[in-house]
Amino acid sequence: MIHYIIRRFLYAFPLLMGVNILTFVLFFIVNSPDDMARMQLGQKHVTEQSINNWKQQHGYDVPLLWNADATGEEKITRTIFYQKSVGLFLFRFGVSDSGRNIGADIQERMWPSLALALPTLCVGLMVDITFALLMVLFRGSYLEQSGIVLCVILMSISSLFYIIGGQFFIAKLLRLVPISGYDDGLAAIKFLVLPVLIGVCSGIGSGVRWYRTLFLEEVEKDYVRTARAKGLTETQTLFQHVLRNALIPILTGVVVILPLLFMGSLIMESFFSIPGLGSYTIDAINSQDFAIVRAMVFLGSVLYVIGLLLTDISYTLVDPRVRLS
Amino acid sequence: MSSFLSMKMQSYIIQMLFLLLTACGDSQLNNPYADDEGKLSVLYQSFSERPKHLDPAVAYSENEYAFLAQIYEPPFQYHYLKRPYQLTPLTANKMPEINYLNKSAEKLGKDAKDSDIAYTDYIIDIKPDINFQPHPALAKNAQGQFSYLSITEAELQSVNTLSDFKNTGTRELTAEDYVYQIKRLAHPKIQSPIAEIMKNYIVGFEDFSKQVSDKKKTDLKNLTIAGVEAISRYQYRIRIKGKYPQFIFWLAMPFFSPMPWEADVFYDQPGLSDKNITLDWFPIGTGPYLLSENNPNRRMILLKNPLFHLEKYPSEGEGGDKQNGLLMDAGKKLPFIDKVVFMLEKETIPYWTKFLQGYYDASGIASDSFDQAIQFTGSGGIALTDSMKEKGIKLQTLVETSIFYMGFNMMDATVGGDSERARKLRQAIAIVVDYEEYISIFRNGRGIIAQGVIPPGIYGYAEGKEGINHYTYDWINNREQRKKIAEARQLMAEAGYSNGIDPKTKEALILYFDTTSVSIDDRPSMNWYRKQFEKLGIKLVIRGTDYNRFQEKMRSGNEQIFIWGWNVDYPDPENLFFLLYGPNSKVKYGGENAVNYQNPKFDRLFEQMRNMDNNEQRYQIIQELQEVVRHDAPWIFGFHPKNFSLFHSWYKNQKSNLMANNRLKYTRIDAVARTEKRQLWNRPIFWPLVVGLFLFVALLIPAINAYRRRAKETLQ
Repeated sequence: MIHYIIRRFLYAFPLLMGVNILTFVLFFIVNSPDDMARMQLGQKHVTEQSINNWKQQHGYDVPLLWNADATGEEKITRTIFYQKSVGLFLFRFGVSDSGRNIGADIQERMWPSLALALPTLCVGLMVDITFALLMVLFRGSYLEQSGIVLCVILMSISSLFYIIGGQFFIAKLLRLVPISGYDDGLAAIKFLVLPVLIGVCSGIGSGVRWYRTLFLEEVEKDYVRTARAKGLTETQTLFQHVLRNALIPILTGVVVILPLLFMGSLIMESFFSIPGLGSYTIDAINSQDFAIVRAMVFLGSVLYVIGLLLTDISYTLVDPRVRLS
Repeated sequence: MSSFLSMKMQSYIIQMLFLLLTACGDSQLNNPYADDEGKLSVLYQSFSERPKHLDPAVAYSENEYAFLAQIYEPPFQYHYLKRPYQLTPLTANKMPEINYLNKSAEKLGKDAKDSDIAYTDYIIDIKPDINFQPHPALAKNAQGQFSYLSITEAELQSVNTLSDFKNTGTRELTAEDYVYQIKRLAHPKIQSPIAEIMKNYIVGFEDFSKQVSDKKKTDLKNLTIAGVEAISRYQYRIRIKGKYPQFIFWLAMPFFSPMPWEADVFYDQPGLSDKNITLDWFPIGTGPYLLSENNPNRRMILLKNPLFHLEKYPSEGEGGDKQNGLLMDAGKKLPFIDKVVFMLEKETIPYWTKFLQGYYDASGIASDSFDQAIQFTGSGGIALTDSMKEKGIKLQTLVETSIFYMGFNMMDATVGGDSERARKLRQAIAIVVDYEEYISIFRNGRGIIAQGVIPPGIYGYAEGKEGINHYTYDWINNREQRKKIAEARQLMAEAGYSNGIDPKTKEALILYFDTTSVSIDDRPSMNWYRKQFEKLGIKLVIRGTDYNRFQEKMRSGNEQIFIWGWNVDYPDPENLFFLLYGPNSKVKYGGENAVNYQNPKFDRLFEQMRNMDNNEQRYQIIQELQEVVRHDAPWIFGFHPKNFSLFHSWYKNQKSNLMANNRLKYTRIDAVARTEKRQLWNRPIFWPLVVGLFLFVALLIPAINAYRRRAKETLQ
């Protein structure tokens, strides 16, 4: 398995390089260093001299990918791409165009993102699985039919509606929680209740339907029939046998997104004023801060690769028949 | 057994519900603030965008000034209450002594001719006994040596933020600190946005900038700049080229705030910037407040500066201030508020809700909450809605010193140039673009029509018949009335475009409107513009583009018609008319004249007006300038936005001031009244939850019964 993991990491290297180049090219197709300078310098009294000055100070006064005027290896090394992107592979994110250390910012902002995403995932998973099992338990009855209709309705509603509706009903009308904001430590709980609740509710429709499909597939199998024949109750059958055997596809979906929880949720963080990485990325895109954009895209790619790897490893843990080679 | 369990469960549920209903009592579960305010007077504000810079040499936007102006103190400030806007000393003892000099640097009389004036000296005396806020950069040990100006790597390891430096110190403000800041403005590495402007004015600024280009910021202290000099501990002199009366306004902006040299030495130490401990993040000023927490991803907190010098609330204002209770605190020591909490709010719904709940003390009005807050009276006036009045909320409106206009690129072959044909075409368009309708539809009436370049509140603004644009409006029944479309059509015919037909193509004249308004929300306003031009038979093609390409078009002169705006830096007409001054042409000189307008008469009048003191002659020249621009119509004067602000009844001493950014020190909070109102407005409501819970249980009962039946069937 160690060899497999090493090999997967080595495969990731060209992949990340490709992502890096793609981000770089896409960004600079839309924005030139001059545009970035203008964005940072504001709109008033911006002269060519001040733009050149900004580019020089921030290292954008060299060619993008190939420096024809340089000699030897400097043709590559004295370029924006080399100077801005190579450090990423050592997780040196550098300094944002507004002068902040990106690594320090990421470290600070990933915790609020995680504080929102992790409970949403865990509670959501429990609620979805519970409701899916209940629907399977009552399959064929009016409860299952009503549940399916309810799930389709919940799926059809925009996530923005959940947010605005939740804020209006729970925070504004009932005044049970603050409508937005964040705090450190345990004080964060009262701010997280509403976004977590909304995150869970907005995911119930699709989650429950997906898990119900998985469980229905399992309940028809022979081992379930054997379990029932042994005299186990329907609840025991479902929770002790069906749930365990349906874990592989559940894990596939969950483990792959675990690392990405750090990256935050763009809409939720914005509506609830949670200072996470989602809003960090959006702000960087709006202010054309290439340094942050490339760092966040790179980090997202790395975390995704790690997520896929963790999924593979988790297969071996839940299903002894799977071997990584 | 099951019956016993269900009884027990029912009793448990009832107990829980009782607890839930009673436990919270009058407490505010929705209170977003964790801190106990105690006896502190705390003001709660919000911000939607984090300030990019807090270095006074770099910051230049409103959201940055909201913080900086409370922390840093330039030598002068705008009087809080008096109108028209008036400068008063802040850290200065008095207004500056202004001396005109000839080429040989000999002093001239006050009435010297502009042509004789080669230099102007501004001699500024600052007050003694003003101290910088407590800061680690100024901390000294028992031996009198700076504690943190040479931090070792080991010491740095335990530091993550500025507050990790245990000791702080202070020192007296001196004239050298002001001189040092001007040197910082010139340093290319600091990238001050006004460096290029100041090169044209401050003597020796450009040379100094070149001289220090390869030097560190920390070297600035020992280098001299020719035009700026500390004459004594409390007096310094700035020498500028020629005569530039508007320079005094720059001296009231944060750019010219004092900076202790120790700050640069402290923050430039290796390792600190890696931890985001920079001057751009942690300011060091002499103002009424200091930044105690800077987490713009969540909140920023200003605390009263314990070393703030003596400053008192003004005892004079303009007429009506006394009646409005604005002089009740006259002569009292500033500031009144102990702590200001700025919370990040990006979305308008939570922001508005928190204001209504009493968790923000003031608010603007977003378009989606406008109808909740404002109603139009029968006479066309505006008033607060009943729900706002019930809460005791107060409304303040003020026309901003800004202008939004539609510009014609004067280099364009069709709409530009000084030919009779093009001028009449522009005048005709100016008549049909009905900005009254625009303000009503797209701005909820928040704006007034611009009749010229100058907004109300700026010297030279004329009201009534005298102030209208006679090329677009008539004066009928004591009010301005937009000219009829027939007159515009007549102008079109005279321009050679009868019924909007282009004689070259024999088809409808096509004009191009360049804009960055490309979102789906902007479509109605773009369609509106199209319809305005259709009144003359002109086909308007909307060329939507991203911000960068739009800027590029403007720089290269490839646009034809566009919308642009300007917010004045200081209350002088020079800061508006320079937008049309030929040598400021954007294409030719990279200046702020976005329409590339060039008219020798205008330029001559502008040059004459800009250096004059405000007097009757200047006023007349301003009216002449207005007339030239109205006649040539390089702009369609759009509108001056009107700012609507709401305040809770407990927020005192509020008076809109578009020039002064350091307003917080004058305001006061009645914390007791606020606490009472908050408690009244924020009692939690639980009964819908209880009903929901009962409904859920009610739904579960048949399901449980069904399951039990099924389980029994399986067993059978």
